[in-house]
Amino acid sequence: MPSKAIPYFKAAVHILCLLPAAYLWDLYRSHKLVAFADPVNYITHFTGDWALWLLLVTLAVTPVRRLHPSLNWLIRFRRMLGLYAFFYATLHLLTYVFLFSGYDVPAAIAGVRKWHLMEPLVQLNAVLPSMLDDAEKRRFIQVGLAAWLLLLTLAVTSTQASIRSLGGWVWQGIHRLIYVAAILAVIHYWWLVKAGVRTPLKDTLVLAVLLLWRLGLWATKRTKAKARERRLWSEDQAIR
Amino acid sequence: MLIRKRIEIPSSEITPKETYRTFQMSRRRLLAGLGAVGAAAATVGLPEAAWGLDKLKTVPSNYNVTDRDVTPESKAQSYNNFYEFGEEKDDPLHNAQKMQIRPWTVKIEGLVKKPQTLNIDDILAYRPIENRVYRFRCVEAWSMVIPWDGYPLSELIKFADPLPGAKYVQFISTTSGRGMILPSGIEFPYSEGLRMDEAMHPLTLLTFGSYGEVLANQQGSPIRVIVPWKYGFKSAKSIVKIKFVEKEPHTTWNDMAPNEYGFYSNVNPQVDHPRWSQAHERLLNSNSIFPKTVPTLMFNGYDEVASLYSGMDLRKNF
Repeated sequence: MPSKAIPYFKAAVHILCLLPAAYLWDLYRSHKLVAFADPVNYITHFTGDWALWLLLVTLAVTPVRRLHPSLNWLIRFRRMLGLYAFFYATLHLLTYVFLFSGYDVPAAIAGVRKWHLMEPLVQLNAVLPSMLDDAEKRRFIQVGLAAWLLLLTLAVTSTQASIRSLGGWVWQGIHRLIYVAAILAVIHYWWLVKAGVRTPLKDTLVLAVLLLWRLGLWATKRTKAKARERRLWSEDQAIR
Repeated sequence: MLIRKRIEIPSSEITPKETYRTFQMSRRRLLAGLGAVGAAAATVGLPEAAWGLDKLKTVPSNYNVTDRDVTPESKAQSYNNFYEFGEEKDDPLHNAQKMQIRPWTVKIEGLVKKPQTLNIDDILAYRPIENRVYRFRCVEAWSMVIPWDGYPLSELIKFADPLPGAKYVQFISTTSGRGMILPSGIEFPYSEGLRMDEAMHPLTLLTFGSYGEVLANQQGSPIRVIVPWKYGFKSAKSIVKIKFVEKEPHTTWNDMAPNEYGFYSNVNPQVDHPRWSQAHERLLNSNSIFPKTVPTLMFNGYDEVASLYSGMDLRKNF
């Protein structure tokens, strides 16, 4: 891809990544969402699905890129895709906090309108015990939260400045946490569905392929490195 | 980058219920051999009376929920757990339509004077169909308020005439619908059960309709039970067999995850589901984007059943 085309392509990727959010917004604006039996459940699943899918897309960048050298430019979109995964994961978390937990949004809005600016916090305080209870007792909440915290770390350290200040090695080490985040996200999914329900299976298989590919790459590299080491060693012996 | 996604069908594109019902009715009648009538009914501009068959003649009852609004019918019929027809909430709406609800028989088996097979229409006509508005609490921590149409299960039990040894009633749901999607692990037919005194309780409703109409297939047509003080999965759908037994029968969700779904499964705000709190519920009865979260009531607010469990530890017998 010529460098000149990259900005246009980036704009296109932005639009594509924002389409799900726009679709959700449109459902809301057109009053279709309220007609759903359980809008909150829909929003939760929608944002959770897209967070996970974009995470998988992010993880697919490197394997796809390695298919052919002409696809190397794909790397320039990886950070953006990862940040969008974080964006949807954050919407997912906010859905839990403000819509799932029992948070009284209308009361908070009404309070603000009357210039009781602390009202949103008062409302948050009211549901805090039940959220802490969830965080303490429910393992699917725990792994979900952990995945989000990891993504937050990656998002915060996603800038060029971070790479420079942390140094390539450290930075790469931190950003390998994306594998952990993706695994946690899939576990989160499995732990929340009922026994016998297989909806997380497809996402799990995709993640497995993406991770196994890396494992395979790492194993081949290691074997090659060892072979090289042996060769060098025997050459060394021969010289002596 | 675009990932294929199952798009929710916007409500505007869902076939209006009347249209769909018309289609369904006409098909049913065609199957019943009344080809000419069916063909006529299938034409556009069907007169009101032609699908009036789908309405149920009901009598009022004293059972009503006055402090909560009734859930819109479209919500109650598009958000169903009926795993034989798919795992997603809207799957049954699409997949359950394949189920043939006529002819339909219910086998009465086990510890009864005389095992027999009853025709659904005879069961329907056996007693006046009452309209009862019940709170409906799903184990997943959402709830609805639904008008059900039926008569007490006790009436049918008395008719079945169980032997003294019968301590439990088991309900077996249909597997006859071809095209049922069977997720791995869940064994069908679906089996549910009640203790005899629970089954005989006047609140336990043998249900044929909701909103004054014949049950939609995805709601468990043509015959199901509604046990309003228990989590929804206890209320077996599309029943083909009622068996009277001495020992506690196996129940499907209990088989799947005994630590999550007990045999009793009474609505109880003090006993959490392992994966979420049962202290509150999302009341799905409004057209607001903001959920109404309300405290869950003991026995779903049906205190009159408390005496059934006196002396029992409801934490152990959850």
